[in-house]
Formats: sequence, structure tokens, C-alpha cells
Amino acid sequence: MDKKLGRFLLIGIPYFWLFLLFLVPFGIVLKISFSDIAVAIPPYTPTFDFESGWEGFKALLAELDFENYIWLTEDDLYWTSYLSSLRIAFISTVLTLLIGYPLAYSMAKAPSEWRPTLLMLIILPFWTSFLIRVYAWIGILKTEGLLNQLLMFLGIVDDPLQILNTDTAVYIGIVYSYLPFMVLPLYSSLEKMDGSLLEAAQDLGCTAISAFWKVTLPLSIPGIIAGSFLVFIPAIGEFVIPDLLGGSNTKMIGKTLWAEFFSNRDWPVASAVAVLLLLLLIVPIVLFQKQQERAQEAEQ
Amino acid sequence: MNISSAKKPSARFEPWEDPNEKPLVRFKNVTKRFGSFTAIDDISLDIYEREFFALLGPSGCGKTTMMRMLAGFETPSEGIISLGEDDIGTVPPYKRPVNMMFQSYALFPHMTVEANIAFGLKQDKWPKNLIQERVEEMLSLVQLRKFAKRKPHQLSGGQRQRVALARSLAKKPKLLLLDEPLGALDKKLREQTQFELMDIQEKLGMTFVIVTHDQEEAMTVASRIAVMDDGKIMQVATPEVIYEYPNSRYVADFIGDVNIIEGQLGNRTEEGVKLSWAEGQPEIAIANNTSRSENENACFAIRPEKVHVSREEPVDADNRIRGQIDDIAYIGNLSTYYVRLSNGMIFKAQESNRRRLANREFTWEDQVWLSWRNTAGVLLD
Repeated sequence: MDKKLGRFLLIGIPYFWLFLLFLVPFGIVLKISFSDIAVAIPPYTPTFDFESGWEGFKALLAELDFENYIWLTEDDLYWTSYLSSLRIAFISTVLTLLIGYPLAYSMAKAPSEWRPTLLMLIILPFWTSFLIRVYAWIGILKTEGLLNQLLMFLGIVDDPLQILNTDTAVYIGIVYSYLPFMVLPLYSSLEKMDGSLLEAAQDLGCTAISAFWKVTLPLSIPGIIAGSFLVFIPAIGEFVIPDLLGGSNTKMIGKTLWAEFFSNRDWPVASAVAVLLLLLLIVPIVLFQKQQERAQEAEQ
Repeated sequence: MNISSAKKPSARFEPWEDPNEKPLVRFKNVTKRFGSFTAIDDISLDIYEREFFALLGPSGCGKTTMMRMLAGFETPSEGIISLGEDDIGTVPPYKRPVNMMFQSYALFPHMTVEANIAFGLKQDKWPKNLIQERVEEMLSLVQLRKFAKRKPHQLSGGQRQRVALARSLAKKPKLLLLDEPLGALDKKLREQTQFELMDIQEKLGMTFVIVTHDQEEAMTVASRIAVMDDGKIMQVATPEVIYEYPNSRYVADFIGDVNIIEGQLGNRTEEGVKLSWAEGQPEIAIANNTSRSENENACFAIRPEKVHVSREEPVDADNRIRGQIDDIAYIGNLSTYYVRLSNGMIFKAQESNRRRLANREFTWEDQVWLSWRNTAGVLLD
């Protein structure tokens, strides 16, 4: 009996945690998304009053509607933001993969006594605040910044390049910030690969390059998928990077959400945007989970 | 040393005895160094077509380096390795008509059995229908037709081993290298697979070189064995010669069990020589036509199974020593008796257990006689 209780507690605690810190706030956001904007504190109506009891709850339910969601389809701003977020997240993921793969590959091929150090260097940026690191990029990318000074010193360009406040800056920011999330799963799938497989491929007539395409790359697909999802999923909802590095033309759903909440003080529409974003993210998250399960099965 | 007594009838396969025969593989003064470590030390070795050649030695003796040089994964620091007429010392692995079966099998986990076997053929741009034919042929050779569509992780260890073999045979290499091919199998399956390997080798008429640290395996499958130690080849000969006429203490000790007695050679008579080896012990009579001079120090080696144990003094035996049974190792079909001689030396003698254990003639602490014929052992340096 005690054992049963212990097991129940062990499983129950994380579920209780999820309930309290995810499901309850989500329920509140969902409720707000069905409400109407109001000049009040809090800035929406109806609000729930515990004293009114069951009757009051029923009255509240009656006042909720889908108005805000319909509004999202009527104004171009929202769906162009969603699409633009998807596009930026996708391109950033591809760029991160292109930069991260050689990095992870060379780490996995490095002498084994070097690997912990290299791994450390990949993780090192996490020791500094994310926000500070993104601010640092402003210093690098701005017109009088380090990058432009260097390019002009080397005589590559005559006039400073406008990189800050463009989509390019957003790509640089996302690729830089999320590179470790790509490199780590790639590294772990490349590192555990049996070196004799490559020797076998060469023995059977492959050059080193064709052995890479036929053996290394297919075997690292689980790492590629895991890394890509780990970059793509947070990049869709990214707010800080487009806000600090992007321009006024850079549309991302995170930015739109922020403007709706704090500039417009339209909590109900902002909540609807947030709920829709969550639904949008569920698809890749479920795909990611499926792939992880498959990868685990294959290993057994 | 007299090898001629072990010589087989001339109809047997022994190209190494024919001076006109050209070797398929020739190592000529090959040395391989890794930094300051010498893995292979000035080795010369010939391997002939259709041979099943075994490189045998403890780990770190250089046998794997020899094989990796044949496969092309290592290049010799000095010397020449030739295959047929060609010097292959620096030819990359993918250009050699040599294939290797890896110790870990190295099957591609993302490909089916079929695709694994076809891999090398596709690499060589064989036409599709020929690839299909060859894959079928290989699958039937290793009796895995039913498993063509499986992935390697869906197979048992023994099946994986056969896929690896089929894949390495598919390209019809001039030389097949087998790196500890049966190391991962359990004993029963290993013994059965040894015979399958021999059958396949004979059927295809190919040249196999096997690397192993398992002397029984080498003795079973090989036409000739090279016993290696510390980057050098100690002896190259047929299994019988290696066992019965080892040329050194090292080989005698490495292959099987042996009693080694150090002593001094006495007068040569018509019957051979005598070795005096310890005070109070009778001299050992050895029928040996060695050219070694008298009064030289020498080593006498005799296998335990050639030593007879008896309670009564065997008066007509060439050699007989008295001792006391110190220990008995019972392994079912055989018992090894550890007999302590009066000078303290432990002498091993092996008898097959023809009787039931309960009727065993000897037990611990018994006084016994050890005896052997004068042809039973060999003289070593």
C-alpha cells in the first residue's frame, strides 16, 4: 500500500506541476481569448466572480464567443505574421543545419581527449544571459559596428552595410542563439557511429566522400531531425531576436503578440494569437516526439 | 629438426612446397611503425592462391596491422606488399581487389540485408540484373534467402555474421580478409561456422586470410598458420607442424599445453641424444637428428597428452620419471594430472577418461610413474 502511494506521488508530482503551471494558465489565456476588450482592470470582460457561484459561471460562459478568432482571419497582419514566422524559422533552421553539421562532424572526428573541451565551448555561451548576447550583436552589426569597421578596414566595402534592423540580422541572431541546439544532437548521433562502417564502405569501393553520402549522412538523420526541430520550434515564437535585431518590416508572430498585449492593450486578441500559435506549434512538436520515439526504438 | 616425417602425400594442397609456384600475396621486408612504436618488424611472408591462411598471436602482436595493410587501411613504413604482380603498398582500399569481413561485422544499419550485400556491387556499377543475380547467389550460399528484406538489427548474431561474409564475398575478391570473424559467436555456433567457412572457401576456390587469437580456430580452418609475437613471425607452417614441431619455446608454449625442461645435451648415440636436466633425475632420451653439438644447453618440450601416467613402473618405456599427484584438473573427456617430481618441478600429463570418474585409477597424493617414448617430444633452442 505504501509502495503504491509512493509511486502515485512520484508520478503525481510532475503532473501536478504541469497542471498548476501549464494547464491552469493556459485555461486562463483560453478564457481571455473568448472574452471582449474593455477599458477596465483587467482589460477584458466578462470576469469571473467567485461570489456569484454556479449561476454566475453559466452567465459568464454565455458571454464568451469566437469573435477574436474571426478577427484574426479578417486582418492580414496576423496570418502574414504567422507565415513570415514560419518562413524565417525555416530558413534559420536550414542555415543552422548547414553551419552546425560541419561543426558537429569535426567535433565527432576530433581526438577523443579534445572532445569534452570542444563540447564545453559549444555550451559556454549559455553561461551568459541570452538577452546580453543578443544585445552584443547590435554592437557588432550596427553601421558603425565592429563588423562594418572590419570590412571597411580590409577594403571589402566602401560604405557601411545596413545589416542591423533587417531580416539578415534576425537570421544571424537566430542561427547564433540556437546553434548549440543543432550541434548537440548532431554530435551525439555522429559520435556514436561505428568507425568500422566507414572502413567497410571504403573496403567495398567507396571513396571517403561517397562513404560520407552513403553511410555517415543517412545514419545521422535522427540527429538532423532532432536538431532541426529543436531550432525550428522555438524560432517560430521568437520575440527578443526580431525585436532587437529586426527592422520595422520584420514580421514575426512573437512581435505581433507583444504589440497586441502591450501597445494595444488588447488582451483578448493577444490571447487568441497566443492560442493559435500554440496550436501551430503542436504539429511540429508531435512530429518531433514521434521521431524521438522511433529513434529510441531503433536503438534497442 | 625433422619436418619430413610430418609431410603429407604430394597430392595434398601445398603450393608452399613447390619452388615454381608464385605466391598471390608477398610481404617483402615489411616494417610498420606508429610513431616510435614498431608494430610490424621486417616481416617477409608468402601466401599462395587458394590458401586458408591464419595469422595467430596474442593481442598486440601485429596480426591486425598485417591485415589492415592488406586491406589498405594502413600503408607499410618500409618494404613491399604485392598482390599478384602489383605492388599494392599505397593503393587505397577502394581500388583493391581485396575485401574484408570486419570483427564487428560493420553491417550498414540503415540498409536491408539485400542492400548490404549489393553495396559493393552498386559501387562498382554492375548492371542491375547482375546485381540481383549475385545477391541471390550470395544469399543462398549463406542460407539467408528468407531474410533478404530484414534490417541487421532484426537478425541474430550468427545471421549477421553470415551477412557480413556474403557482403565481403559478393565482389569476388582475389583475397578475402577475415578479422576475428567468429569472435562474437558462442562456442557451439563458432565450431559449426568454422566448418561452413572451410566449405565456402573450398567451394569458391578463393584465398582467405584469417586473423585470430584463438589457436583452436586457427588449427581447425587453416592450411597454414603464421604464429606472431611482438611484430615478428615466429613460425609459418601447417597446423600439424606447428603443434608437433614448434621451432621455439614461444610457439610451443603459445599453441596448446606443454612441459618444458631445460638441460644440457649429453653424448650422441645411434638412438639420439640424452638430456641431463636435474640432479637425481634420469636423463631424458630424445630420438632427434638435430645437428646440435654435444654439451650444449637445450630445451626439451613435450605435450601433456603424450605423457602416460601409471601406477606400476613401465619398464619398457624410453623415459620414465617418478612423482606424486599434486592436482587433477577434470574437464570431462580428459583429466590433466599435475605431478610433482622429487626436485619440485610440476609435470603435466593428460589421460583421456575412458572409465567413469568413480573408477578412476589415481587420486591426489598418489605415487605414479610418468613415461613417454623417445619420439614424443622435441628439442628447442
